[in-house]
Amino acid sequence: MKDHAVCKAAGATLAVIAAGLLSGAVAARAQQAPPVVKLGIVSFLTGPAASPFGIPGRNAAEVLIDAFNAGKAPAPYDKVGLGGARIDAKYLDEAGSTANQVTEFRNLVQRDGVDAVVGYVSSGNCLAVTPVAEELKTLTVLYDCGTPRIFEEAPRKYVFRVTPNATIDSVGAARYVVHAIKNISVFSGLNQNYAWGQDSWRDFVAAMKVLAPKATVDRELFPKLFVGEYGAEISALSTSGSQLIHSSFYDGDLEAFVFQASARGLFQRIPVVFTTGEAALLRLGAKMPDGALIGARGLNGMLAKDTAFNRWFQQVYTTRYGVPPTYPSYHMAQSLMGLKVAWEKSSTGKSAEKPTTEQVAAAFEGLQFEAPATTLRLGLGKGHQGVSGIAYGTYHFNKQDGKPEIVDVINYSAECVNPPEGSTAQAWLEGGMQGAKCD
Amino acid sequence: MLTTFAILTDGLVYAAYLFVVAIGLTLIFGVMKILNVAHGAFYAFGAYGAATAVGLYFDRGLPVAGGFLVMVLAGMALGLIIGTVLERGVLRLVYGKDEVITVLVTYAVFLILEDVIILIWGPGSYAAYEPLAAAGNLAIGPLVLSGYDIGLVILAAVLAVASNFALQRTRYGRLLTVVIFDRETAAAFGINVTVVYSVTFVIGAILGALGGAVMAPKIAVTLGIGVEIIVLAFAVVAIGGMGSIEGALVGSAIVGLCRAAAVHLAPQIELFVIYAVMALVLVFRPYGLFVRPRPRAI
Repeated sequence: MKDHAVCKAAGATLAVIAAGLLSGAVAARAQQAPPVVKLGIVSFLTGPAASPFGIPGRNAAEVLIDAFNAGKAPAPYDKVGLGGARIDAKYLDEAGSTANQVTEFRNLVQRDGVDAVVGYVSSGNCLAVTPVAEELKTLTVLYDCGTPRIFEEAPRKYVFRVTPNATIDSVGAARYVVHAIKNISVFSGLNQNYAWGQDSWRDFVAAMKVLAPKATVDRELFPKLFVGEYGAEISALSTSGSQLIHSSFYDGDLEAFVFQASARGLFQRIPVVFTTGEAALLRLGAKMPDGALIGARGLNGMLAKDTAFNRWFQQVYTTRYGVPPTYPSYHMAQSLMGLKVAWEKSSTGKSAEKPTTEQVAAAFEGLQFEAPATTLRLGLGKGHQGVSGIAYGTYHFNKQDGKPEIVDVINYSAECVNPPEGSTAQAWLEGGMQGAKCD
Repeated sequence: MLTTFAILTDGLVYAAYLFVVAIGLTLIFGVMKILNVAHGAFYAFGAYGAATAVGLYFDRGLPVAGGFLVMVLAGMALGLIIGTVLERGVLRLVYGKDEVITVLVTYAVFLILEDVIILIWGPGSYAAYEPLAAAGNLAIGPLVLSGYDIGLVILAAVLAVASNFALQRTRYGRLLTVVIFDRETAAAFGINVTVVYSVTFVIGAILGALGGAVMAPKIAVTLGIGVEIIVLAFAVVAIGGMGSIEGALVGSAIVGLCRAAAVHLAPQIELFVIYAVMALVLVFRPYGLFVRPRPRAI
């Protein structure tokens, strides 16, 4: 009996010691394991904007995060994850109302505890989440929306946009148009009736007033977003006598317009400039009219410079998804690279410690770094808004190879198409683009 | 003169497109008193089905003429299947219930079908432009009309004549008219109202899908096209009167012409004009142009 009690006591003691040793080992191991960085990635995964923008953006995030976590990205991005901490990404669908996106942003931060958010295609969503990001002191990198108002309306501390805003699309378009169409005298616009379309047209008209003061506007057409049927608009443009049509259409609207206008011979009489046309070229192929003036929202996709870095990005993306990356993919890649550079710049060097949000934000301000095919610099919005150059070219479908091509490409430097620091895009354009430095 | 001609032709084309979609919606409401929000999903399924069929057909280098038939049949077949499944599986459960409940049910069905589209076709968009390109065009001065649009107008006209003939001259049409007028009396006279409901709903679904199928070559078939069209279809039906096919015809014409005129003459009000006209009509004719208020039967 007494022996039994002793055995029981000994066994209990051994169990306690073993438990103590085990928990100590777990704690020690936890202390040694590098932290995980949680990122919220927000992009259109469903809805009309998914196919041309949201999914290419999401795909680029997946490819790049995998490369970062494996330490296989080219230098200087070859450190694992962000500063040695593996990235754990949560992907969220941007579809739904703006109010819904604000709620989901709060959930990402307050419920899911993400360290940063990279996302948003819609300018409306960008405008809505920006003040919430500032309120919640959450590092947020806007990746594809174009409105310049984000950093013009108020100074920001936690919100950044590495990719250039939509001003360069319109200014670049205007510069290329006056190069391509000598002595242009009349032009018209067909843009979607919401912020993106309205702002694009406004900036284009303002730029044309500076570059071609004698040119006048004939038709200003703003069909509803995603309406899909453009018969009346095509008739109006056909009977307008315009020498150019400006359009910031994208996705299904762009494709529907191309199908319907081509069937009615519009492009044989009036050339068109598609400021976001690059994203549709692979899908449309021969259906995109030869002679269309094409932009890529920066130096992206088919208008990207041929660099080793760009070749690497195209190769890993195409291998995984079977199609080359388009400009939304580049925008996501640039945003993640900017975040990585800022994060690692602010890191202490100890992989077990994460920098604070404020440290990363401070490192992010005014950052300059190499991205696939271009150098990006946060040179506007007090170091929160990226600037880059842009390229425009003329579309040609190579029937022999069966591939789309962009020829007669002109690159415009960042100083040529961006307003200077301290000036809003609208004021700069209306003031005659003072200080623009073009090659 | 040219602008006036352009407004007339553009208005007619747009009206034709709206009529093909709206006739099914108004038919379902007229007979079953169901405001079928899922009608937009029929349109979407018709468009996706047509785009898939056109892609498969023209990839094989088959004759162009057959492509038109394949496109229409594919869309209508999907409308038949989905309409039958919905009517038998869902709507029968809510016949006789409050109208708000049936609206909510059809709205839920619409959302489910939007996700089913993603499951079947994925989030990408589809193009079925070959019939549009093959139909050629007709130049009248600087204005070039698409042969496909002319065909669409002819289709709408045939549909209007056929539906009128069917309602006035066929046995089923007369039964339908009786049920539209007074369901309870029709049942009292031995008409199997449930069968009439079923057939009507399926016909409405087929017509909605047909609308999507004929529009597929002109648009990029992508997520969300059902939402866009259902709002316009409701405006047309509200103007013409719920349950009135003549109303759908006139409502389509009014919406088409007003929109075309706005695009040519005052593009700033293009979005507003359709709903302004709808509001104006409803102020003076709350039940639409072709439907008169009736005392409620006790």
